[in-house]
Amino acid sequence: MSDAERVERLLQMALAPVEPPERLTDRMERGLSELTDAAVEELADWELAAMSDPRNWVRPALAVVVGGMAAGGLVLVRARQQHRKRHTTGLRALEKSVRDVAGDLEKRLRR
Amino acid sequence: MENIADKQRLDRDFTELYRAHLRDVYSYAYYRIGNHHDAEDLTEQTFLQAYRHFDRAQRESNGRPLRPWLIRIAHNLAANLYRDRSRRPVTQLDDAAVLSAPQGTEQMVEEREEVKEVLAGVSKLPEDRREALIMRFALGMDNREIARALGRSEGATKVLLHRAIKQLEQDLEAEAWPQPAPGPGGATHE
Repeated sequence: MSDAERVERLLQMALAPVEPPERLTDRMERGLSELTDAAVEELADWELAAMSDPRNWVRPALAVVVGGMAAGGLVLVRARQQHRKRHTTGLRALEKSVRDVAGDLEKRLRR
Repeated sequence: MENIADKQRLDRDFTELYRAHLRDVYSYAYYRIGNHHDAEDLTEQTFLQAYRHFDRAQRESNGRPLRPWLIRIAHNLAANLYRDRSRRPVTQLDDAAVLSAPQGTEQMVEEREEVKEVLAGVSKLPEDRREALIMRFALGMDNREIARALGRSEGATKVLLHRAIKQLEQDLEAEAWPQPAPGPGGATHE
């Protein structure tokens, strides 16, 4: 075996892939959830401003549903599929309330 | 983002990317920085940054693998980290898996010592050479991928890797490489 081959073999051993610690997955999920939470808050602020115009009433509902789904989708990132009821319940409640408002408005507009 | 289906697809793709390359990013961060604590921070920041720009990266990748893009983010963040701290990385790789494994035969002990010397040698290499070696040996990236991650041509990357291995070989020879036993009447090497 040449010196270069020997060095390469030792490099393979020395630089073996390192498994990330389990806690990193939890951290990642929190970080990504914060990102999506910020996006949902932004949508909610925009929604409040837009609510004064009835033409905008359906769009915020859709936007919040999208935001809610984004947060839900990112939970998949977690390797261990644990449920976080507290977090998802908050988003779902927000999503449901906006859906209810949009549904109610749609009914009124049809009348 | 155009609609719900696009958003769902994007998140699904990002989840796949994360699962496929978490170990790559973490390994790169660990060998680049030298300790688990900072490697975790760097890995987290890398994926958060990647998520922010994932839509665009995916559109512009033309179907090419996104691993070099991820590693390039980690590379840039690591460079910023050291610029902020105004210091070179402190290599504390003593708890690397290969070094903390239980000792076995005499040959294994000897090999372990050599591995330790190689790690020390890698940490002394210039940054670009060290990074190229980490990408090749810890992540198993080919020349094309390394070239994309480092923003170089494939030819330049091949030369970079060759020189990195050559320099390491010479450094090890000069410092602590085990010398062959002297022949009869030969001088001992001290």
